[in-house]
Amino acid sequence: METAKITGERISQYLEQGKRFDGRGPLDFREIEIETGISKRAEGSARVKIGKTEVIVGVKMDVVEPYPDSADRGNLIVSAELLPLSSGRFESGPPKFPAIEIGRLTDRAIRESKFIQMEKLCIKEGEKVWAVYIDIYSLNDDGNLIDAAELGAIAALKTSRMPKYDEETGKVVYGEFTDKKIPVQKEIPITITAHKIGNSWIVDPTLEEEDVSEARVTIGATPEGVISSIQKGEPGEIDIVEFENLVDFTEKVRKKVFSSIENSLK
Amino acid sequence: MTTKTFKRPDGRKQDEIRKMHAKVGVVPNADGSAMFSFGDTVAIAAVYGPRKMHPQHSQNPEKGTLRCNYSMLSFSVAERARPGPNRRSTEISKITEWALEPVVMIKKYPNMVVDVHINILQANASTRCAGINAAALALAHAGIPMKELVSSVSIGKLDKNLVVDLIKEEEDYEEGEGSTDIPITLTNSGKITHLQLDGKITGKELKEVLKLAKKANREIYEAQKKALKESIKLN
Repeated sequence: METAKITGERISQYLEQGKRFDGRGPLDFREIEIETGISKRAEGSARVKIGKTEVIVGVKMDVVEPYPDSADRGNLIVSAELLPLSSGRFESGPPKFPAIEIGRLTDRAIRESKFIQMEKLCIKEGEKVWAVYIDIYSLNDDGNLIDAAELGAIAALKTSRMPKYDEETGKVVYGEFTDKKIPVQKEIPITITAHKIGNSWIVDPTLEEEDVSEARVTIGATPEGVISSIQKGEPGEIDIVEFENLVDFTEKVRKKVFSSIENSLK
Repeated sequence: MTTKTFKRPDGRKQDEIRKMHAKVGVVPNADGSAMFSFGDTVAIAAVYGPRKMHPQHSQNPEKGTLRCNYSMLSFSVAERARPGPNRRSTEISKITEWALEPVVMIKKYPNMVVDVHINILQANASTRCAGINAAALALAHAGIPMKELVSSVSIGKLDKNLVVDLIKEEEDYEEGEGSTDIPITLTNSGKITHLQLDGKITGKELKEVLKLAKKANREIYEAQKKALKESIKLN
């Protein structure tokens, strides 16, 4: 916790009047910028900025033996790394819990919504399937890496082209791409993470706000309102009624976020 | 619940929890310990502490630290699980900490740590819920001041049917809308300290889920309370 207590108290007092330091309302996102195709080597890639927060996401693919419990479908492997260059708080070394959680939250939002049509990524049942690797890196942490990471993953997947596969050798010809896209659904899962500060709920926190957040809830759902993943984080308690309101207001926020980024996902 | 006639693989009613068993004091070495089971899913938890946090730079002078560690024994599942931590167990450990911390008066122990070790002896789904229930009991048994207990249960949505306390076979349900797994932890006064969801659900159905969880957790709370009372009688 590196935000001073006095700042935290002020954030909380401001929110009582519905105000935030940067002038946003409690349920306003910062400006979202999405740029796809930022890497020539990756099958798909994206850079997402939410305010000063920035992540890059790359998709790579490989042909592997399927897992025994999903012999006729492709694999999804999502990982996140919080680069030391992106914040004075991150250290090098094996991933710590925050990085693991971002990877898992993104993984579940995509997997549970069945956004990738995994059954179409089977080459030969029980022998060869495509594996989709989504790797997320933070470039600047100013809060809300969770939502930025998931948006980046979706944008990268939407714009991925499959690499060339040599049927004779059974190997991927790296560096050569086909025109085929990764098969994905039309409905896009988007995570919205709400944070509780004092008695108020906000979305898209800055780093300072994230530091003083007492509880958070990440909901992955389509703009149409079908929920596929939820995770509550941090030790704060939440009333059941409070939780139900949260499901409703995040749905509205998601619709707004979706309409602001819809064009950049095409 | 949409259909009243939904048949569960083990013949339970939709809102029926598996046979629960709760017992405290299962690890004599520990400062507090407990076992909690939902049918075949068996968790034990042991509490060590409060004791001084080491290394010193990890100490928090403002409040104590609650540190949970969830782990599955290699032979607790059909296919041997690799021993040691993985991404799943790391996340469940953290989730368990968050589920318990609101009721544990950890603020009273600056510079100290309370360790909660949870091991799954045998798994048939809902292991994190069994683990949290055992951990809450172990903390109470250790005499750590708590505001109240927490109770945890998994609610499932199989196609469109809501059921309580999922088993593995139900987790793998594939018909219709498939299986949605929603582990929920509530305090005895009904506040959410933990909630996860994987699957497919609408906001409206989610409200039903919370109602079911509240009812189920009241039953679990009674089982926990009974176990704690029994332990006092014995001494």
